Amino acid sequence: MADAGVMRAVSPVVKAPRSREARIQLAGFVVLHAVIIVGAGIMFFPFLWTIITSITPGASLTNSPALIPANPSLEPYLRLFRERPFGQVVLNSVMLAAITTAVQLVTSSTAAYAFSRMPFRGRGVVFAVYLATMMIPLQVLIVPLFVELKYVGLLDTYLGAVLPTFASAFGIFLIRQAINQVPLDLDEAATIDGAGHFRIFAQVIVPNIRPALATLTVFSFMGSWNSFLWPLVVLRSPELQTLPIALAGLQGQYTSDWDVIMAGSVVSVIPMLALYIFAQKYIIEGVASSGIK
Amino acid sequence: MSAPATPARVAYPPARRAPTHPVRQATSRTGYVLTVLAFLLPSAIPLVAFVLAPMVAALWISFNKWNLLAPMTFIGFGNFAKLLADPTTGDVFLHTIYYIVGYLPLVFVGGLVLALALNTALKGRSLLRGIYFLPVVTSWIVVALVWRWLLSPGSGVVNTVLGFVGITGPGWWTDPVWAMPSIILASAWKDLGFVMVILLAGLQAISPDMYDAAKMDGAGWWRRLFSITIPLLSPSTFFVLVISLINGFQVFDQVYAMTGGGPNGASEVVVQQIYDLTFRYGRAGEASALSWMLFVVILAVTVLQVRGQRRWVTYG
Repeated sequence: MADAGVMRAVSPVVKAPRSREARIQLAGFVVLHAVIIVGAGIMFFPFLWTIITSITPGASLTNSPALIPANPSLEPYLRLFRERPFGQVVLNSVMLAAITTAVQLVTSSTAAYAFSRMPFRGRGVVFAVYLATMMIPLQVLIVPLFVELKYVGLLDTYLGAVLPTFASAFGIFLIRQAINQVPLDLDEAATIDGAGHFRIFAQVIVPNIRPALATLTVFSFMGSWNSFLWPLVVLRSPELQTLPIALAGLQGQYTSDWDVIMAGSVVSVIPMLALYIFAQKYIIEGVASSGIK
Repeated sequence: MSAPATPARVAYPPARRAPTHPVRQATSRTGYVLTVLAFLLPSAIPLVAFVLAPMVAALWISFNKWNLLAPMTFIGFGNFAKLLADPTTGDVFLHTIYYIVGYLPLVFVGGLVLALALNTALKGRSLLRGIYFLPVVTSWIVVALVWRWLLSPGSGVVNTVLGFVGITGPGWWTDPVWAMPSIILASAWKDLGFVMVILLAGLQAISPDMYDAAKMDGAGWWRRLFSITIPLLSPSTFFVLVISLINGFQVFDQVYAMTGGGPNGASEVVVQQIYDLTFRYGRAGEASALSWMLFVVILAVTVLQVRGQRRWVTYG
């Protein structure tokens, strides 16, 4: 799997195979990659099983599907979209996650910039308060939050579902760590050119933290995509339902229909995986074109 | 070089600070404050409205007896006293710490090895990264289902494989002794890719020039790992540790979905207890008090980490 060309690119010592160190390094290289690939197999197996179950109509926990299904069929997927409003559900989830992600990217990067680059009195305390908001479990905020949104009349609305996710201490912390890694020299050079904070932020910092922004995109989208408790509490109308709730509902309604549940699981993973593949490419490209030297 | 300039500066320091244009200086100061606010308010408003305010409300609830329906009765520290006297409280904290101690080394060392390996020029590394990240994006509802099946005591895949090598597998999530290890195993499996991605982003930010220079100086792989990679990765490492500890103390989804805290409360963690107190027993006051106790513990641990970071975290 790792041909000579790849090895040469990774460990230049391979060029001089006479030293004992080089042989140890080569052995380490081979062992490490063997472990990585076997590990990937272990990581992937549960999904393989999920996919197989989803194309084996009538499969259940007691009636385990065969590893190579005799009569693979997409019928569970058809049932998923015909018997339930799953198209609408997927659309709802995509929309809520897209709004959350877009807003969090803005609120996280601006706040992170202030915490990393703009000295002001009490900054440490304000940052500590921001971080502290991550430390209280959501389970206890649900009740006061519900009362609050009921008071302002936002229960059972998309806005009510996304508003509490508009700022993320996790995102601010993530981006701040990235901005801290950008050399101050770049800011200083821009300041000499007459740039103010807004321009430094937009033209110096943002291009240099693309990998972190791509990472946050994935995590924000994922957080919204998989969030269960808050949408369950705030969204009552069936036409506003999101994926995890619909999935949990499937488990109740079709107790024995594991094929349909697994089809729903596969459907719920695909958009996230697509986003990840897109972001991963962007992470690497972003670094290649960044100005950090 | 600039020897003549230096005494000049020293000679007239007030000139640089003197408010030659007091009005303009005042505006620029106001301007700075407004700029800071422009950067902070977009996040500050939602945080205050939707996290801090409910947090304060929860603190108020913790001083009351409340079943979510009837009006509240103020009982001062009654809920806290009741929790401290209840042995279950100590148990749920111990179970949570057990989870963290088992989970953190697994996921951190595994994630670091993966990030290092998948940061090299390996064929198909994008695919491999994708596979390792797959569990991260999957909801616990799905993951718990799959792991309960893999670890089922009778005919589960794991016990079947163990049987091949002559080991009689344990009862996993059905056994009080093995319930928490089962949760730890599934959690590490799910979160490995999360740690990997954060550390990969950190690795990508390290300039290749550093490695080139070190190679030219004759530094070997291990030397480069310990002298460049690990120190320069420390902001990402710090982030992973802080987040993992916060999330570790708040572990809930996997417990709820895999064991529900059982069997016999063997895997009952703090947040599971908070959830049960609120939504199963309608003891919202006690639940809020327990949340605030957990919050104080997490806050203390995080403050210690932030204080300690100066010793080992290097910023570029």
